[in-house]
Amino acid sequence: MQPPPIHSWHWLDASDLQAVIDALRGEGRRVIGPKVADGAVILGDLVSVAELPTGWLDEQDGGSYRLRQDPAAGSFDHVVGPHSLKNFLFPARETLVSFAREDGVWHEQAAAPPAAPLAVLGVRGCDLAALRIQDRVFLGNGFVDEAYRSRRERLFLVAVNCRRAVATCFCHSTGCGPAVEAGFDLALTEVDGRFACEVGSEEGARVLSEAGIVDAPLSTDEAETVRRVPHDLASRMHARQATDGVPRPRSLDTHGIRDLLMANPEHPRWDDVATRCLSCTNCTLVCPTCFCASVQEVTDLTGDHVDRERQWASCFSLDHSRMHGQPTRSTTSSRYRQWLTHKFAGWIDQFGTSGCTGCGRCITWCPVGIDVTEEIAAIRATDGVTVAREEASS
Amino acid sequence: MTMASPWPTASHIDPWQTHSTRIAAIADETEGVRSYRLRFDDAAVGDAFRFAAGQFNMLYVPGVGEAAISISSDPEDVGTLTHTVRAVGNVTDALARLTVGDQVFVRGPFGTPWPVDRVMDRDVVFVAGGLGLASQRSAILRAALPGTCRHATVLHGAKRPGELLYTGEYDAWRRAGVTVATIVDEGGPAWNGRCGLVTALLDDAIDDPARTTVLCCGPDPMMVGVAEKAIDMGVSIDAIFLSLERTMACAAAHCGLCQFGPLFVCRDGPVLRYDRIGLLMKVPRL
Repeated sequence: MQPPPIHSWHWLDASDLQAVIDALRGEGRRVIGPKVADGAVILGDLVSVAELPTGWLDEQDGGSYRLRQDPAAGSFDHVVGPHSLKNFLFPARETLVSFAREDGVWHEQAAAPPAAPLAVLGVRGCDLAALRIQDRVFLGNGFVDEAYRSRRERLFLVAVNCRRAVATCFCHSTGCGPAVEAGFDLALTEVDGRFACEVGSEEGARVLSEAGIVDAPLSTDEAETVRRVPHDLASRMHARQATDGVPRPRSLDTHGIRDLLMANPEHPRWDDVATRCLSCTNCTLVCPTCFCASVQEVTDLTGDHVDRERQWASCFSLDHSRMHGQPTRSTTSSRYRQWLTHKFAGWIDQFGTSGCTGCGRCITWCPVGIDVTEEIAAIRATDGVTVAREEASS
Repeated sequence: MTMASPWPTASHIDPWQTHSTRIAAIADETEGVRSYRLRFDDAAVGDAFRFAAGQFNMLYVPGVGEAAISISSDPEDVGTLTHTVRAVGNVTDALARLTVGDQVFVRGPFGTPWPVDRVMDRDVVFVAGGLGLASQRSAILRAALPGTCRHATVLHGAKRPGELLYTGEYDAWRRAGVTVATIVDEGGPAWNGRCGLVTALLDDAIDDPARTTVLCCGPDPMMVGVAEKAIDMGVSIDAIFLSLERTMACAAAHCGLCQFGPLFVCRDGPVLRYDRIGLLMKVPRL
């Protein structure tokens, strides 16, 4: 069977989507997708389309995430939950290298064989943007992280065009969504209980062909209508207005944001946000681009085997900046400043891109509802105000 | 989306690649500070291991962990590496318990070098606070060679006379034409030298500021003091270089721990020109 051409569009129903999952699993891939667990839509191992969160909607606001059932909701009308591609491509714990001692001599051990290649279903525009950002961190930064590269190169992506946003979504401000433009193997747009599927790569075409889906192309008119779905959402997001009684729709003025934050390291807002921030690290854990990590020695009882384990680290912990026993960033104010300034300003120097995709996870999962868009707006409104600088201690 | 590999596997350096070495010699320098001469187990690896003065290695003691330590030996001295280390933490304490013949893993070299190959027509003033001199020794040995620079000066400050580093080498440096001056915070009865901050030594060391390059390593406030005084004396801000120290886990600009403003100290530093970092260094708790 001839694979369909790239950028061709095909109708899939639920059983076709199941055939795609089966084809991916059939070639040895671990298939990950959205499913409801513990009161949230998480990313987990997916075997059946019946596991998708069909009929579930999420409502999100600062410090608030709630699922509710809605018979009109499709399979992908929820938006992003606490997980992202980061959890799978840059896992929270991972052995980088192992050493063993034999006859008193330590030897570096051969690397473990790579795990099964991943396929991830339901990836949004903001998540594809986060992936491009993490690619720059781990692959395009002068050094290559082999563990990341091994997973990234073999990753199969089934993206989804959002047709709904929640109040914490601001991808329309960051330019990261809601439309998925490129960087996927297949992209789905849900319409009337069916999925319009765009082929994004040869690999995507091959898998569609494996799944036996080649004979249900969209008409030109249908493709035009489907293409408009995420763009209509973008227009609605731009037009959103704050209304009493409902969560405030977020947006962010990114104009000159690097220079704005670099010029305000001693703005009083850092102390203000520090009175609310718990320094709990939640924002850095759910952020799809945060990449900080430490390396721990994990030894067995004999002491003759040691794994060097990389673990996510957070700039909100004192250990992150500890040197000679003392943390450089000893205050919550300095740690919040580090996080926000790095994400929206330093990142641009380091990687040529902002570190923020507008996914809104840091707002939703902040236990006290601190909102980056609000903090940045406050600094912008009083650009240049400083607190009195403390006397140098030496 | 599946992607073509942008970097062929064989052509890039895996930052986690370690090399096994043995401690060939240990020298006691000052209290709690020892120099370890490391010899590569695999001579071919040792021959291929080249570094520039000012770069650092990650030293690994299995089961304990890694520490970023500057290389203190002569870059021309191929096959061995010398690291001068103060025992101040888990890893450096573990190093202090090792003896000649024990195994230490090395990965590196990492970071930016001192600009000692770009100072042929200039006076070079090394300013070191305490153990900061360890990061400069490689460059001092280069600067002492004929033709490297117009004149080299080493200004070394320490808390007490007993903490002055490499005192046994000053005569050799002087014979090579290097001016060496020392100063301590607290001299004690047996000390005939100067007391005060190392910045006090700059007055006599810089006589042609337009042709002077300052290379400084020490605690952050000391380096700011040196840089600002040098600027006041007429040294150009782009002729002042500081070597920063930050804790790091990877040395490959991936772990994020060594960030200083927008800089990764491991990759963009440790040696950084003062015009890039001067403003950042004055922000508290950055």
